[in-house]
Amino acid sequence: MVPKLNFYIKVKDKVLWLKLVIHVSALIPLVNLYFKAFNDQLGADPVEAVIHFTGIGAFNLLLITLMITPIAKRFKLGYLLKTRRLMGLYAFCYGLFHLFNFLAFEVQFDFYLFFSEIFERPYITVGLVALLLLVVLAVTSISVIKRKMGRRWQQLHNFNYLIVLLVAIHFYWSVKSDVTEPIIYWVITLFLLRLRIDKFKSWFN
Amino acid sequence: MLIKISKSNQLNENSVTDENIYHSRRKAIKQMGFMGAGALLASSFSNQAQAGFFDDEPETFKTTKLNFTSDNNKELIKTPEKKIISHNNFYEFGTNKTDPQEKAQQFNTNPWQLTLSGECDNPHTLDYDDLTKAFPLEERIYRMRCVEAWSMVIPWIGFPLASLIKKAAPNSKAKYVAFETLYDPKQMPGQASRRVGGGVKYPYVEGLRIDEAMNPLTLMSVGLYGKTLPPQNGAPIRLVVPWKYGFKSIKSIVGIKFLTHQPPTTWNILAPKEYGFYANVNPEVSHPRWSQASERRITTGGLFARNRIATLPFNGYGEEVASLYKNLNLKNHF
Ligand code: HEM
Repeated sequence: MVPKLNFYIKVKDKVLWLKLVIHVSALIPLVNLYFKAFNDQLGADPVEAVIHFTGIGAFNLLLITLMITPIAKRFKLGYLLKTRRLMGLYAFCYGLFHLFNFLAFEVQFDFYLFFSEIFERPYITVGLVALLLLVVLAVTSISVIKRKMGRRWQQLHNFNYLIVLLVAIHFYWSVKSDVTEPIIYWVITLFLLRLRIDKFKSWFN
Repeated sequence: MLIKISKSNQLNENSVTDENIYHSRRKAIKQMGFMGAGALLASSFSNQAQAGFFDDEPETFKTTKLNFTSDNNKELIKTPEKKIISHNNFYEFGTNKTDPQEKAQQFNTNPWQLTLSGECDNPHTLDYDDLTKAFPLEERIYRMRCVEAWSMVIPWIGFPLASLIKKAAPNSKAKYVAFETLYDPKQMPGQASRRVGGGVKYPYVEGLRIDEAMNPLTLMSVGLYGKTLPPQNGAPIRLVVPWKYGFKSIKSIVGIKFLTHQPPTTWNILAPKEYGFYANVNPEVSHPRWSQASERRITTGGLFARNRIATLPFNGYGEEVASLYKNLNLKNHF
């Protein structure tokens, strides 16, 4: 079953290569996006384009992060788990860019407007809660902190499941009329959570 | 016609038109596709990704030059033509802003019939040629404020709706005017599929009170930037009501009817709490999901353009139209 090639690449190197691929595939689209946007080559409204690109990008990365564990278990590829943190950090990074786009280019540092939008628009409130949770998870992913936290670390990082739910709500509420795309994302999100059903059940027993 | 513009509505000089550096978003996204990873990380389910990165640009719709008297208003910085024709809400061709330009180029506007009927003494029909020949054409440089809180400045070509209405001679029972867009699912993919069309019930319908329709600002537009309209902007003829949110300015019109009662209107049917019949631009009444107090004016300058400006009551046309609403509570009748 295992391709022969695997014999010759050490696990450590595999992880290294995978991480390289992740860095490149996460960073190049970002650089490309902003290069185009700054040069007004991103359609009529570059602001809308960068908000949507980074929003969808962050959500995709979050979902990919949640796919790693099930795939690693199913195909017995334990080393994949070593890429989880990097993937999660890029999801956070895209989320930060998304927020920054909103603040810098949509409301253009009008802080009154920024805060009134956060408090008055439920979909933005939900987005901000998700992002704040991501901040906590990103900070506690630092190895030293992780080690110090012991068992509580896993408990804290279970908030990932809440975050994807919040983002799915945020996405659903943000669209004007056609909800096909958010519904597709809901299906994927619920599928990935369904895979953890035993874990959720154990919390309530 | 001279339209006064208040100082607060002027933009600073950083927004100089430079169309050379501008490429359509479609092309930009295509190039992104070559980066491979971009397709994985973003818009994996969006239409851009499905459009295929290698197919050729479809042939563009042919527009023709028009004869008209120019609007000499130099105060407003116009939105570049390329942006006006590539950033459209026209759900009949899909819900993404770039869909109409991508999917409407084969749209057939000739022959066309625009029928006036209902409570009037001279019901009649305009054919394709009549649209540009029945009335003298004039240019009007108007601000267009979308309900989504962005705006453009567009040099429309057209004639006052009032001229058309006078010719139809509405009777004393005519209190409202209803408008209807072409219904042709074969040509308009959004009408053929609920998903493509954003769940809107077609044909798209709109309406005005007759005094709003008769206001000299209200324009029947047949062109922009000196040429006939491209399909994505509502060819061959559309309404332009500059003091109302963009969705009132119905596109590709085939029917105008004089009524005794207020007609149903598309976005109001879809979401009555979010979109009213009047839909006058009003910075004080927020949309439930975003503020209407300010807007981003789309001109040029890319991401760094400081283009957020205050939204004015009636989109800055209060002097001309505020008197129409003297007895109306604009908070309730949003
Ligand atoms: C402070 C936090 C946030 C703010 C202010 C914010 C704001 C926004 C805004 C303004 C939009 C565009 C709505 C529209 O006009 O169509 C949007 C869409 C979106 N956001 Fe956020 N957001 C936040 C957090 C997040 C986070 C943490 C994620 C994901 C991890 C996320 C994912 C998305 C997605 C997927 C969309 C839809 C994009 C599309 O329609 O193509 N957002 N958000």
